[in-house]
Parts: sequence; C-alpha cells; structure tokens
Amino acid sequence: MGMRCLAEGRGAYCQEAQRPIIEPGLSRAFRSAVWRRGSSALPSPAGKAGRACLQAQAAMNCRSEVLEVSVEGRQIEEAMLAVLHTILLHRSTGKFHYKKEGTYSIGTVGTQDVDCDFIDFTYARVSSEELDRALRKAVGEFKDALRNSGSEGVGQICLEFYQKKKSRWPFSDECIPWEVWTIKVNVVNLANEQERQICREKVGEKLCEKLINIVEVMNRHEYLPKMPTQSEVDNVFDTGLKDVQPYLYKVSYQITDSLGSSVTTTMRRLIKDTLAL
Amino acid sequence: MDTDLSSQDRKDLDKFIKFFALKTVQVIVQARLGEKICTRSSSSPTGSDWFNLAIKDIPEVTHEAKKALSGQLPAVGRSMCVEISLKTSEGDSMELEIWCLEMNEKCDKEIKVSYTVYNRLSLLLKSLLAITRVTPAYRLSRKQGHEYVILYRIYFGEVQLSGLGEGFQTVRVGTVGTPLGTITLSCAYRINLAFMSTRQFERTPPIMGIIIDHFVDRPYPSSSPMHPCNYRTTGEDNGATYPSVEDSQEVCTTSFSTSPPSQCVFTVTKAHFQTPPPVVMDTLKVPMMGLAFSHQVGCSSFLLLHPLFAPAALGVGSADMGYPVIFAGGLNAAHPHQLIVPGKEGGVPPVPSQPAHGTQADHERMVMCTPLDGALYSAATPSSSEDTETVSNSSEGKSASPHDLLETIFVRKVGAFVNKPINQVTMASLDIPFAMFAPKNVELEDNDPMVNPPDSPDAESPLQGSLHSEGSSGSSAGNTHDDFVMVDFKPAFSKDDILPMDLGTFYREFQNPPQLSSLSIDIGAQSMAEDLDSLPEKLAVHEKNVKEFDAFVETLQ
Repeated sequence: MGMRCLAEGRGAYCQEAQRPIIEPGLSRAFRSAVWRRGSSALPSPAGKAGRACLQAQAAMNCRSEVLEVSVEGRQIEEAMLAVLHTILLHRSTGKFHYKKEGTYSIGTVGTQDVDCDFIDFTYARVSSEELDRALRKAVGEFKDALRNSGSEGVGQICLEFYQKKKSRWPFSDECIPWEVWTIKVNVVNLANEQERQICREKVGEKLCEKLINIVEVMNRHEYLPKMPTQSEVDNVFDTGLKDVQPYLYKVSYQITDSLGSSVTTTMRRLIKDTLAL
Repeated sequence: MDTDLSSQDRKDLDKFIKFFALKTVQVIVQARLGEKICTRSSSSPTGSDWFNLAIKDIPEVTHEAKKALSGQLPAVGRSMCVEISLKTSEGDSMELEIWCLEMNEKCDKEIKVSYTVYNRLSLLLKSLLAITRVTPAYRLSRKQGHEYVILYRIYFGEVQLSGLGEGFQTVRVGTVGTPLGTITLSCAYRINLAFMSTRQFERTPPIMGIIIDHFVDRPYPSSSPMHPCNYRTTGEDNGATYPSVEDSQEVCTTSFSTSPPSQCVFTVTKAHFQTPPPVVMDTLKVPMMGLAFSHQVGCSSFLLLHPLFAPAALGVGSADMGYPVIFAGGLNAAHPHQLIVPGKEGGVPPVPSQPAHGTQADHERMVMCTPLDGALYSAATPSSSEDTETVSNSSEGKSASPHDLLETIFVRKVGAFVNKPINQVTMASLDIPFAMFAPKNVELEDNDPMVNPPDSPDAESPLQGSLHSEGSSGSSAGNTHDDFVMVDFKPAFSKDDILPMDLGTFYREFQNPPQLSSLSIDIGAQSMAEDLDSLPEKLAVHEKNVKEFDAFVETLQ
C-alpha cells in the first residue's frame, strides 16, 4: 500500500522504502494511508537524511503523530474523546476580539474534568459544549462504523489541523494541514467480567501514557500558524464557536477490513467548516 | 546578559514567571482536592485570567505559594516544588509526588517575551492540567476521605526527591525557553502506588508493597507545614464556578468528603468525638470536638463547624482574608464556652462564644450528621432566638470591613439545603453561598465576637433568625441525649414539611433493628434442628433443577 503523506522528516516514514516520503503539494486525499508503524511511541525523527530532504522542501510543514490503543467495544468512545479533547485543549484559545490598530484581546478558556464510565480514567477538556458535541458526533460515527464493519475491529480516526489558503476564482480554497494526529484503534473482545475489569485499568494506564505522549509533542513548540490579522482569522481558527476558538480542524476516520492488506476506505469526512474540494 | 532584554520586557517576564508559578501551584493543588474541577469559558476577556485560562485562585494556596517564594522567582538552583503526600487516619504518611518548576541557564534570546513566551506558558499550563489527571496520585486523591487525606506542601530551593522511595518515575510536563533561562515543569512520582490506585486503601497494618512507616525526619530546608487538599464546593447550580475553599486550619482535620457538595466535609467518627480529632496538620490544633458538650433540653447545644468555604470567588481582593469559621451555639446562660478556633499557622485564638440568652431556653439546635457522613453544622430552631454566632477567624491582615465579614460567614453547611432550597441562591451582588442568611453588614460586625467581644447576649443575631428555618420545627423533637451532641439529625435534602417521618427520623429509628428471630437462641435451636433435617430434601430438589442453574450461570458469563 503506498504511503504518501506530507512529511517533515520527523513524522512520516515509509516502512517499505525505509525513507521518508516528501511530496509537496499533496492534498489531503492521499493521506488516507494506513500507518503500519503501529507502535504507540511517537515516531522518532527520521534521521539526518530525513531532515536534509526537508530542508530542500519548500512549503509544507505538516507534523504527523500516530497513537495506538487497544480497547474494548464500549470503551471506544471514551478513549477517543479523551485523546481528542486533550489535543484540542492544547490547540484552542479564547475568542479573539480585535481592536483597532491590529491588536486583539483573547477570551478565557475554561476546563472541566470528565470521568470515564468504562475506563478508570479522568481527563480535562475545554469547557465548551459545542466543541464537545462536535467531537462526540464524530466519535459516535466512528464507533458505529467500527462496530458495523463486521471486521476484526481495526480502524483509525484522524484529527487534522489545517489552514485555509484563499485561491482566486475559479479555484477553491486550499486546505493545508499543519498537524495530523492519527489514532489507531484495535477493538478487542473480552470473555468475562474479570477480564473487563482488568481491561478498565489497563486501558486507563495506556491512556495515561498516550496523554503524556501528546503533551510531549505539544511542548516541543514546533510550527504553529502565525497569529492572523482580523481578515485572516477564519483561515486559521474556527471562529464559529461561541466560547472558544480552536484552530481549524477536521476529523476523519477509516476502517480496515479483516483482510488488512487492502484497505477499504470507508472514508467519511466530518467537516468542521464548509470546505470545498 | 540582560542587555538584550529591554527593561519592560524584563519586568513583563518576571511578572509572567511569578504568576505562572502561582497558577501552577493552584492547578496542582486543585487537582488533588478530590473533586472534579469545572470552570467556564468566557468569550470576553476579563482582566484577571492569567494566561487566558480560567483557573480559580484558592486564597490559601496563593498565600502559601507566595510565602514559599518570598518574593523570589524560580532560578537556577532555586526551584519551586509542590509536594503531594498522603496521610492515613492513623497518622502514617507517604510522599506521592513532587512537582518541580525549575529554571536552567539555557536562554533563548530571540524569543518575544510578551507574545511567544506568554502563549507558551499558557500551553504549558494546559499541559499541566492534562498531566495532573494522569499521574497515579490523582486517582488516590479522588478517593480520599475517611481513610486518608492528601496534603500539599510548597517549598522553594532544592528539590528533594528522597521521600519518593525507590524507582520513582518522572514525567516532564514541558519547557518554555525565555531570554533569562528555560523554565521546566516536571513531576516525580512514586510508582509503587500504581497498583494501589485500583484497590481500596485498607486500614490494616502494613500491606506488602506499601510503605507505611513514614515518619522520617525530613531534612527540608524550609519546613513548611503540610496542608490538606480539601475544599467544598457550593451549590452547584450553575456548575461552572467553583468558589473554592480552603481553610486548612480550621478544617476538618480528619477527612474530607468526596461526596457530593451537599454534604459537609467534616467527618467525625464516634470514637473521636469526645477527643480532639487527629490532627492532620502540624499546625492545626483543633480541639473542636471538645466543644461539644452535653446540653440540656431546650438549650445549650452548641456547634461548631468550620465552613470550609472560603469564598474566594467572591472576588475579595486580598488573598489574605480570613477564613470563615464557626458557629458557636449559645449556651446556657453563664456558661460561655471557649471556642477554640485554630488560627493560621499555630495560633489558636480562643473565641468566646456568646453566652446564651435567657430567652434561648429553647432548643438550640445542633445539627450533626452521623459520623460517617460527617458534618457538623448548626441549624437553628425556629422559635428560639439563640445566639449562634459566626465567628470569623481573623487572620492576619484581615480587614474587618463588613464586606469581608460577610464573606467569611457561613451559616449553614450541608443540610442547609434541607429547608430552603433558596439557600443556594446567592445574592446577586455578592455571590456568596447561603447569602440569604447573611445578615446585614452592620449587624454582622456587631455580632462578631472578634470585633466586639460579646458582652451581654441581648442582640439576637439575625443569623439565628434565618437559621431557624421553618422546617426545623417539625423535627425539633428529635433531641437525643447522646454523649455528644446530636440534637437533631438533618440529613441533606430531607424535607420535614411533608411527613412527620423524615429521612433522619427514619434513619434513627431503623438504625438499631431488632435482632433476627432466627438468631435468638431458643427459637434458633429448634429451627436449626429442623433445618438440618430438611437439608437432604432440599438438596434433592436442587439437584433436579441443576440444568436450570447451569443455564443461568452461563447467561452470566
């Protein structure tokens, strides 16, 4: 399976070719590749070679991070929400209020703790009902697709942060991703209550590790879009929510069928703002 | 080299680092309070939300942090550390985590202070919010209560990791480079607790793997006192804001309720009742329970409790305001009681309670939860005009302005909800819990024994008036004459206007059920013999049904 992606040396690595693949200008449609590097550890930098390639590269600076979790069916939603909310907590700011002379003030982001019912885990998320609803909807669809696929239950959900670049007519706006988080999910079936209890705890611990990984990535302080002017703010942030302002993002998912080798891309896209391809 | 940094930038940076340190401590302590935190997002910027994050400031925590920092900022070799430890009700303690805010020499000269550093600090705080829920101590702190409590201690200087035992792990929350150095926030946590988080922390002698004997002399440079992480939330009607609490001194030395906010935090076990509760904190001296004493019918009673609330959210500017405290029930005339109210840090200013009026011959009600639920609170009876006094604990720097007093008064604790749901409604202007009980400012000051030593108990505190909720008349008959005080048991949310039998009465009545007849000897002996005889028959019947049982068992799996 060809794996193509926007790479920054650090994130994208082709298992087959053993080298990073960098193709500038690739649209997101190609990023449906299944990552075979299934380890839960974050991909380490591809090495000097990768970075050297990168330097030759012009525009794209998309980071890609992969996380993998194994959960039981009823834990899917909570596990996904925990991860997605944690990422969005870091990638949301308060609402911008532009004042004259190009200055702006920023609103306040509140947080709240969420206890999981099926996992021994609690996570903090942004206090925004709209954001929560949007994520729950996306995760709900992913879960249904995973359950209905009838396969072994392997799938992945992608959270992508992008920037819009206005193009002139007749071309439509381009969406350029700058960070992609891929969460691979492996659904297990458990036989009895005792195993479920153990699974609760284990998944809780695993999620703790994932969150530590996420925080580690966030704190590398790598590329973030520049703070936009008032006219550009909608190209960088999602200004449609009333209480917080996350970076523009979209959630997509795909399910792997039981054969594994060929990927049935049941690709659905939940588009956060109107997006024309 | 500071030449690169303009003085304005330097000032800004120092300010950012200082507030970052204070907010870090707030986040850490709040995450160990044992309850879920919830704050609201606000689209319009308020001037007071540092780093664009809604993090409440618990005044006591801020005070402790400022004290530990003593005007300095984290620098190389001088780190700010927050130590989280666990203390069992038997007095054993163990360090769980140490959160360190360090500064090293690696400078990033090109970075823009007012913008990039600020945003990165904000991101680091968000990471801290995420990580504090992830370490093993979080789950332990959520379960704190009767058997153990979680304490925090802030110190400044060198990091001491020796108390964490062997094999502790470290997680780095993040770093932010500044022109003066790189700020690093990390946590070192004990790991042999990891398996404890899923088990109940049992109150038995040393369990394998858990190090219980921890009375080690801690060679801390600054021996700052430990403080419990506890608080109470107020009516959660709006859910979002959280007027936290904290009142480490007065508090609830023993345990903290993890139950819903309607219950009081103070847990008193019967065994402790007559004696001062075990002191969790070194500085606490709270022989509060000694204040409970027998009463006579119709009077006395007494009560006291410390509201764990510190209406921090009330917008009191000064972080050093006093903590609300106690209620002193009046007593029989001529028996003024000493209310011992722990002061801050070692002082225990005795607070005389007001002697009771002659007119207060009635029931002065002291409401107390049963030990396990734990709370002491006072509720007054409707008809009597007693002198429940709210004593505010005057801590240093507390201004005696009516406004402050108002805020430090708590009239009812849990169980306040009993009669008046509007207890939860706060006065629009002041936004205090139970504000409706708050008397007018002037009277309040007059009633405060700290401000005016009580002389003759002629003034009826308006508090009483409000405390005497209408409902309590119905249950006033519930005086029990126990050793300590339980005059009336008013469980939360119980209504006494509907039936003569309310939850409390029901509970009391059925607390001691009669013995099972099968356990009484004479009947027992006979039926035992009969049982034995009938056993074979029963077995035969069961064997016939064996298939059904098997099928049933299979459905369970």
